[in-house]
Amino acid sequence: MEYSIPDFLPSFFGERAMLKRLLFIPLLATPAWAETPVLTVYASTSFASEWGPGPAIETAFEAVCGCDLQYRTTELIPSLMLEGARTEADVVIGISTDETLRARATGLFSPHNQDLGSLTLPVEWTDNTFLPFNYGDTAFIYDNTKLTNPPTDFEALVALPEDVKIVIQDPRSSGAGLALVLWVKSVYGDQAEAYWQRLAPRILTVTKGWSEAYGLFTSGEADMVMSYITSPAYHMIVEQDETKVAAIFSEGHYFTAEVVGQIAGTDQPELAQSFMDFVLSPTFQEMIPRVNFGFPVKLDPSLMPPEFAKLNLPPKSLFYTEAEVAAIQDEAIAEWQRALSQ
Amino acid sequence: MAARIKPVMTDRAVIWAATGLAVAVMLLLLAPLGALGLSFSAATLTVAEGSALRFTLWQSVLSAGISVVLAVPVARALARRRFVGREVLIATLGAPFILPVIVAVLGLLAVFGRAGWVNGLLATLGLPAFSIYGLQGVVLAHVFFNMPLAVRMILHGWQAIPTERFRLAQSLGFSPRDVQRHIEWPMLRAVLPGAALVIFVICLASFAVALTLGGGPRATTVELAIYQAVRFDFDLPTAARLALLQFGLCALAFLVAARVALPSGFGAGGGRIGGPPAPGGWHRAGDVVAITLAALFFALPLGAVVLRGVPGLVDLPGQVWAAAGRSLGIALASTAVSIGVALVFAMAAARGRAWPALAATLPLAASSLVLGTGLFLLLQPYVRPSSLALPVTFVINAALSLPFAFRILAPEARSLYTDYHRLSQSLGLTAWARLRWVVLPRLSRPLGFAAGLVAALSMGDLGVIALFAGDAEATLPLIVHRLMGAYRMDQAAAAALVLVALSFTLFWIFDHWGRRYAAA
Repeated sequence: MEYSIPDFLPSFFGERAMLKRLLFIPLLATPAWAETPVLTVYASTSFASEWGPGPAIETAFEAVCGCDLQYRTTELIPSLMLEGARTEADVVIGISTDETLRARATGLFSPHNQDLGSLTLPVEWTDNTFLPFNYGDTAFIYDNTKLTNPPTDFEALVALPEDVKIVIQDPRSSGAGLALVLWVKSVYGDQAEAYWQRLAPRILTVTKGWSEAYGLFTSGEADMVMSYITSPAYHMIVEQDETKVAAIFSEGHYFTAEVVGQIAGTDQPELAQSFMDFVLSPTFQEMIPRVNFGFPVKLDPSLMPPEFAKLNLPPKSLFYTEAEVAAIQDEAIAEWQRALSQ
Repeated sequence: MAARIKPVMTDRAVIWAATGLAVAVMLLLLAPLGALGLSFSAATLTVAEGSALRFTLWQSVLSAGISVVLAVPVARALARRRFVGREVLIATLGAPFILPVIVAVLGLLAVFGRAGWVNGLLATLGLPAFSIYGLQGVVLAHVFFNMPLAVRMILHGWQAIPTERFRLAQSLGFSPRDVQRHIEWPMLRAVLPGAALVIFVICLASFAVALTLGGGPRATTVELAIYQAVRFDFDLPTAARLALLQFGLCALAFLVAARVALPSGFGAGGGRIGGPPAPGGWHRAGDVVAITLAALFFALPLGAVVLRGVPGLVDLPGQVWAAAGRSLGIALASTAVSIGVALVFAMAAARGRAWPALAATLPLAASSLVLGTGLFLLLQPYVRPSSLALPVTFVINAALSLPFAFRILAPEARSLYTDYHRLSQSLGLTAWARLRWVVLPRLSRPLGFAAGLVAALSMGDLGVIALFAGDAEATLPLIVHRLMGAYRMDQAAAAALVLVALSFTLFWIFDHWGRRYAAA
């Protein structure tokens, strides 16, 4: 049988035209044919994933806004730095308090226009740009059926048996990872790098984000994971599992809150503002302990799920202000990177 | 007279086309490098960057060494034993080359992860656990990908030893040990360094493996550090410095490799009669063990992906199918461009020019992330990089697969030219007629094979797309990676299954088309 080129060329060019469509559809699709206005929210993968608070918050907001809330999952701050004024974000959610400095430096955010007087945060909050919606302290989480003798301070963490492995996050790409680096810095100061060198053999791996690390822990790859003091509430509420608990360290735990900000150059200013208003509403705040498994920033304690009463709580919280973070962050990350490079 | 003029015009058309394309390839390589050079500020490496460089070299050395050493007993066993399924097994050894890295990583995690099968076995035997993260994991994955290549190259060496020598040795009463020392060892000494060098060079530019199994700063390759500098820190000067370092590494390796005669991994495994003697007893048992272990090492991870992926196929999220469409588009587009350019270069090279070979091979000196970072620097001031994620990935995939396609086409194009040039000339065929009636039918087999390789490689590529893509531009390998990141392992395995099926199907369709067209 003989194949000739004329048989073959038309399908070839047909394919090419199809290819072109395939290649460019995703770039044009979103805004062009949407009649309902779209609110684009930049969020971390863990926030927008099915286990995160994203889907519940999306449903609740869409019920009142008459809009389509779409998440764009990305590394928040680098994306904003990269895109600058071209960003498609209307709202950015899930920036940690340690990252607000870099976020503010992009100059992309506008004021949140909320009354901060009624917040129930343990620290005073006066920031007019970034609005907190969730807080908690960092902690290592372990399974109390597998680890019967949990560490009670950072020294005990280093002294764990050799086969006990912990998993942490990269401070350059993860809020939890950055909080850990600052936590160690706040405890060890000048000795932080030396501490990281001693901790290095205990570390199974360093993940890009919180969800990878937490997945390694829940699937049994790691014995301890860097997370938050409130994480066990997830296992209690969703899985009726009380074996995942936070190790309480006598040095104190690092305080961190998650914030949300609206983009000044948004093409949906009213929607963005109504989302900011929504964040402090009872609907949103009641969801925080139940879907984000953190402490809400404005909620009557009687509305908290009972499981929160069972959480191990730290003796004290450690906290760096934005200015303090600015002064030490680069050095603290460099120390971490040097120590773990060896 | 017309009969004389037209072929000359054909020659000229080929040379002109090749010249234009060579200029385009050079521009594509030089423009990003220029952009990198312009953003270059400090020449000193930080501690972490130095460590990334050391890790890159060290894991490449280990991966190459271990792959080659483990490949020797397997290649020997395959060379001297005949059994049912031998041909299939040898053919399957070519499969890891087109297996998407992310699929293999997923399978290796299921087998060698802390909660995986191997560690379960080790625990029952009371042995310490094997950690797949960090250096061990990176080397394990590289051995998984490159040991089959080493086996094919060494097997080729074994089969190239004339059977008469083994017969002579037999008649002289050589023991297996004497055969080893006098016949096999000299062959190995000639083949192994080249094989190790090829694998070393491949591992230098490792990105996806380090991204998934490298554990933090201690197990970061230079290629991964480039990605981190862009995506985590948005530190473009650092990214540029690292990209130039990576380019230097690859270019150096490229120059060294160009001076060493490299063994061929393609086309090994003819079922010739004879071959090395097949001693019985414990030699036989050893060969059985070597072949069984090697087969298990490759089959188990893939089996794990299938087992885990099949149930998830029914409710795959829509984003997986959208990403599959994008990946297919990129694969087909880069195949068309890469094969077209390689064919023109191969035809120009067949006409006695040396420079087309150089132009076609130069992309080997660049890596996905190096070119990607350069283009990123060039384009970033003007457009949102994610809007260019797909076109950039397509162009880079086409460029990086050009050397493979050229290497497959060039020898065939040369013999075609020698055999048919005179005939075409005397028939007075025009350029198009010649392409249609002579070149395409005669080259269809290597064209199909090369197109299959390029399409499958591009389909499974997880490199520059990670640097550029946001949510809406993810390709299928990137979606698998993200599902793994979100720890939706069942969905990740199902998406991986779709990915590997598409890659192998693409390869099969093109290769099959080439063979059928050739046979017609």
